[in-house]
Amino acid sequence: METVEPQYETRDMMLNMGPQHPAMHGIIRVIVKLDGETVKDVDVEIGYLHRCFEKMSEQGGYHHVIPYTDRLNYVSPLINNVGYCMAVEKLMGITVPERGQYIRTIVSEISRITDHLTCIGASAMELGAFTVFLYMIKAREYLWELVEFVTGARLTISYCRVGGVKADLPEGFEEKTRSALTQTREVLKEVDKLLTRNRIFVDRMKGTGRITGEEAVNYGITGPFLRSTGVNYDVRKAQPYLIYDRIKFEVPLGQHGDNLDRYFVRMEEMEQSMRIIEQCFEQMPKGAVQADEAARAMPAADMVDEAKMGRIPLIRGASPVTDPVLEGSNRAFHNQVNAPDKRAILPPKEDTYGNIEGLMQHFKLIMYGHGIRPPKGEVYQPVEGANGELGFFVVSDGTDKPYRVRCRPPCLPIMSALGRLVIGDMMADIVPTFGSINMIGGELDR
Amino acid sequence: MIEAILIKLALAAAVYFGVLNLAGIHTWVERKQSAVMQDRIGANRATLFGFRMMGLLHPLADVIKLFTKEDFVPPGGNRALHTLAPFLSAFFALATFAAIPIGDTLMIGNRIIDLQVAKIDVALLYIFAMLSMGAYGVVLAGYSSNNNYAFLGGMRAASQVISYEITMGISLIGLVMWYGTLDLQEMVRAQGRYLWGWLPLWGFVVQPVAFFVFVTAALAETKRVPFDMPEGESEIIGYFVEYSGMKFGLFFMTDFIETVLVACLATTFFFGGWQAPYLLADGFHFPWGGGIALAPLAVTLLGIISFTFKVLFFCWLFMAIRWTLPRFRYDQLMRLGWKMLFPISVANVILTGFVLLLIRG
Repeated sequence: METVEPQYETRDMMLNMGPQHPAMHGIIRVIVKLDGETVKDVDVEIGYLHRCFEKMSEQGGYHHVIPYTDRLNYVSPLINNVGYCMAVEKLMGITVPERGQYIRTIVSEISRITDHLTCIGASAMELGAFTVFLYMIKAREYLWELVEFVTGARLTISYCRVGGVKADLPEGFEEKTRSALTQTREVLKEVDKLLTRNRIFVDRMKGTGRITGEEAVNYGITGPFLRSTGVNYDVRKAQPYLIYDRIKFEVPLGQHGDNLDRYFVRMEEMEQSMRIIEQCFEQMPKGAVQADEAARAMPAADMVDEAKMGRIPLIRGASPVTDPVLEGSNRAFHNQVNAPDKRAILPPKEDTYGNIEGLMQHFKLIMYGHGIRPPKGEVYQPVEGANGELGFFVVSDGTDKPYRVRCRPPCLPIMSALGRLVIGDMMADIVPTFGSINMIGGELDR
Repeated sequence: MIEAILIKLALAAAVYFGVLNLAGIHTWVERKQSAVMQDRIGANRATLFGFRMMGLLHPLADVIKLFTKEDFVPPGGNRALHTLAPFLSAFFALATFAAIPIGDTLMIGNRIIDLQVAKIDVALLYIFAMLSMGAYGVVLAGYSSNNNYAFLGGMRAASQVISYEITMGISLIGLVMWYGTLDLQEMVRAQGRYLWGWLPLWGFVVQPVAFFVFVTAALAETKRVPFDMPEGESEIIGYFVEYSGMKFGLFFMTDFIETVLVACLATTFFFGGWQAPYLLADGFHFPWGGGIALAPLAVTLLGIISFTFKVLFFCWLFMAIRWTLPRFRYDQLMRLGWKMLFPISVANVILTGFVLLLIRG
């Protein structure tokens, strides 16, 4: 067929999307070259949220990095915590007790669900379906209440420690989780009804932002984005960590690598994550019970005063009453979720306040110039983040500060493919494609 | 003569009082209805002497805010056109209401008043003329803002309005053929007949296909989700991106006025306008026998109430649609308009012709 050349003169339009643009999170700038409404060329500019994560990690001790990792992927911060701590543990050869591993798995999967909920909700909102977004956020709220229940915070959780976790799960966590999962499933069913067979939604998502499996691998893309192209790669299956090898779950795969498949993969992954959480509760070793030590409760400051005066019999066997945020880290709980390794783990508060060995162990980890000192070496530990393979590469020179902490953010390879994804699509497709990347600024720019 | 002018003025005042207030309250409805649909509480912060009135004061607070904001014209923009655009938009949307009959005749003394601001023989054509003029406001806004986003929005609005105007017009031709009039008051009166004594011959009954085509096309005219391409708040922000203060407020109001307008049109064309089922000039006559005799004034009032009720129902329906569906893409919208709705509406006209030939010979 003969194509008719346009007789009139046309010019491309340069459009500057972002950082001040409702869909660009305020941290991405995309310069688009438009022919009518068709995207001819894009130039993606990142780096607006650069916070020197890697350099800052070299400034303090190994424990100081943990709060920074909260701020990487701030939609699922627990996974970052787990990833970093596992890297340092690998370096030091520490094995976390089973209960601790199950707890880490549970909180990781809860985070994965919150992340997917946010991603799908935000994509739907950017397509104009505002109601879906608020339903998803409602479901996320159920899960964040769980996170708050366990860690005491919603975003800056800093829950993991090198060698374990901060505290055991609170009482009644299992029942709360089960009811939260039931509620989340209801919301997902509702959203499924609103979106999956909605002609407008499907038409908007289908065939847009397409990428083949081979290209995706070449870009280094991982996670749901890669799986939507049909490539079966999930860190939880490929290199099982924690206790994922003992759990039955499926890795959903797409076929076309378009926005619609990414939506389906994420929807299914949420269901799989819920399965994992439920299996964890069944397999998890029973936790400790709060002992009667409470009978000999004594304010921690008083214990210190008595010890200074040498009145040891008074404080022997006493249980220190510490800040409420330390709840669940008494000796009985502490030993179940933390490795018995004095190189990395702070002693339970009973020991810190109650005997000199505990106090010295505490000081050896806390005092300036001391701290965790992994042996010389380097290690790479990947975990399956919500967006893909989240890796931490930690180099130790034998001192108390990491020589280098490198984070492999799952967003970066996907963002580098954004141009490839949207060229040829229409201007309006940039927004859902960008939404399906689930770009998280904190992680992308570090 | 002066009396007649005064009566018309009073009627116009009454209609526009109703329309503008309904449009204003629409902002409240939008907030509250979306809140109910999304498990939220919705706006309830504005108070007057401690009375919150379920957030009903928010529209007033909005207006105060909009009036006191800086009126900004972007550098490089055309000040005259930039100022003109919102007024064009709002004016033509409002002018359309003049042709819509809100009730039957009202007898005061021995004067018969038609409850229609302007009695126009070709009211249907007038409405379409006004509706398409409204597109100028949007296009001018996009063009005079000196902003690429606004420009894209204006272009999208122009093509969208023009495409859907045609479909909308053709979808109503079947109705015109059936009732044989372009006068809306006559059309509504013609809808007062009954088939088999119980089925009111409303436009929806005789032209169901046209109803769905019309409502879809008319929704596209209002430029709200799922047809809010010209706005597309997460894509191109909209043709009014460079507007602030009450100029933006006018665009905002125009959206709501158009929603009310489309509700009025759907009611008038397809749901019997001010007709209430089984309400004749002297009271109710139920098909199962019996009836209630009513004074002419009560009948007229019931007619106005019936009209208002139907309009509110459509407003509610459009709001529910707006908060449920995602947005179309530009090319999908064009495909829907030209490749689906347009052929359907043409086929409907042809079918109506055959049916009329069979029935009336």
